[in-house]
Amino acid sequence: MSTKKQGGAGNRLYRALIYVLLGLLAVLILVPVGWVFMASIKENSEFYGNPWTLPNGFYWQNFVDAWNAANMGSYMLNSVLVTALSLILLLLIALPASYCLSRFQFKGRKFLNLCFMAGLFINVNYIVVPIFLMLRDGDVWLKKVFGDGFLLNNLIVVAVVYAATALPFTIYLLSGYFQTLAHDYEEAAYIDGAGYRTTMWKIIFPMAKPSIITVILFNFLSFWNEYIISMTLMSSAKGPKTLPVGLLNLMQAQQSAAQYGIMYAGLVLVMLPTLILYICVQNQLTQGMTMGGLKG
Amino acid sequence: MNKSRGRSAFLFFSVAPAVILFVIFMIVPTLNVFRMSLFEKGAYTPAETFVGLKNFRTLLADTYFIRSMQNTILLIVAVTIITFGFALVFASILTREKIKGQNFFRVVFYIPNILSVVVISGIFSAVYKPENGMLNSIIGMFRDMTDPILWKGEKLVMVSLVIAMVWQAIGYYMVMYMASISSVPESLYESASLDGAGRIAQFFQITIPLVWTNIRTTLTFFIISTINMAFLFVKAMTSGGPNHASEVTLSYMYSQKDAGLYGYSMSIGVVIFLFSFALSALVNKVTEREPLEF
Repeated sequence: MSTKKQGGAGNRLYRALIYVLLGLLAVLILVPVGWVFMASIKENSEFYGNPWTLPNGFYWQNFVDAWNAANMGSYMLNSVLVTALSLILLLLIALPASYCLSRFQFKGRKFLNLCFMAGLFINVNYIVVPIFLMLRDGDVWLKKVFGDGFLLNNLIVVAVVYAATALPFTIYLLSGYFQTLAHDYEEAAYIDGAGYRTTMWKIIFPMAKPSIITVILFNFLSFWNEYIISMTLMSSAKGPKTLPVGLLNLMQAQQSAAQYGIMYAGLVLVMLPTLILYICVQNQLTQGMTMGGLKG
Repeated sequence: MNKSRGRSAFLFFSVAPAVILFVIFMIVPTLNVFRMSLFEKGAYTPAETFVGLKNFRTLLADTYFIRSMQNTILLIVAVTIITFGFALVFASILTREKIKGQNFFRVVFYIPNILSVVVISGIFSAVYKPENGMLNSIIGMFRDMTDPILWKGEKLVMVSLVIAMVWQAIGYYMVMYMASISSVPESLYESASLDGAGRIAQFFQITIPLVWTNIRTTLTFFIISTINMAFLFVKAMTSGGPNHASEVTLSYMYSQKDAGLYGYSMSIGVVIFLFSFALSALVNKVTEREPLEF
């Protein structure tokens, strides 16, 4: 309202300036992203000279080559598997834990809550080397006893590590929600003869759906985009790789081979799922964020 | 009796899996960082030898390590100030002024945050390419480009990293501050405006003090996450090069692990742990204010 009172030419100039600034920032974000989409359908010969020329046509071969020759297809499958598995694991483990830690009084509860809070300050990338060495030593031991190790270069192990390291943030977020619920829900369920487990799964968790969706969204993005753990724990050249690691290899190979088209097609393949998801759920995401308030 | 045993069993089976995973993959590795820093252990020397603080003494004389610490601090300071400055100003503009297409801007500004750092580094390698990158081709319209600007060269590589990191972070913090600024009651601004306070005075005397608690919490976490994001960006964009010019502490730790010097690598890990805790404590202390109610 105050804007109207001041009125006048100065005010209109100020508003125009704001729009220019906001527009400029939007352009600075949209143009580089859009440019990659444009570059992904260019032929290799079009990459010399002015970068702003429009593509001559839709050169889909880039995507075919990226998908098959550069293995992005199988990396995509790996990423889907790892992300899905770690999300399922995370929810199965974090939901009951945060429910109990936030709504039941028992010995050691305060201590455990404190530990998980402290876990918020431990960044995965600080401890990736000891995790790697632990799994490597485990493999050496397994080889001695069973003749074969399976802890490194294993998609399932990576999924477990993802789920484990996402626990503090997820428990923090879910506990925050569970604490706001009235205790009447459980009491009513107990009177009706429902056990603890039934109450938790049938009464409490369905109510927590919005929080659960927020948890899924944030962790989906962080698991899908993660590359340090995946690169470290699956470093064998022949072993499985996730999409971002495959893309990183492609980008490094591209510097010598100069196959720009395939590289940009790979970039599009990695970001397209997250962009589509974002367009579908952007409200949930930007609102859920203020609920979480922080992220690692 | 039976009921209480059922309760204990329920609690145990609900909490135990989380605790076990947390201990194996977070607590034990963290303790191992500190333990291994006191040992000499390498890929080619399978046995561990206790060497006390020798790794740390080597660190102090390691110029690459010192360079990496300087770069980390530079990134923390530069990225934090620029991101928070812009995010707060833009957030307050978008919430306070009646802007058309507010939702559009919010959606667009948040996009970089959902992209993988690998994707962002791919995008920025197209931006920074010396011969016909997006940036140089635009600058080339105003300036002779026979000697192209080397954005990833030794001189400018840190500036280029700061730009990429701010680009990535700004939208996230803006959206977060939009939420907290919109909870400040409109009446405060109205009475301030009647008292003759302009927009800038309102920003510094109403907006900033009233969302200070939020700024404070996010600042602490932002600093910790910047240490980590710096690693992700460096690893994907420059691998610490050229000539170690863009090495940050975590990337240097990782490169020592790749070199097979596990004990030494972990002494860097200890430094970064202590550094990040000390820094968050410091920031927490310095930013302490009487909380304002509204």
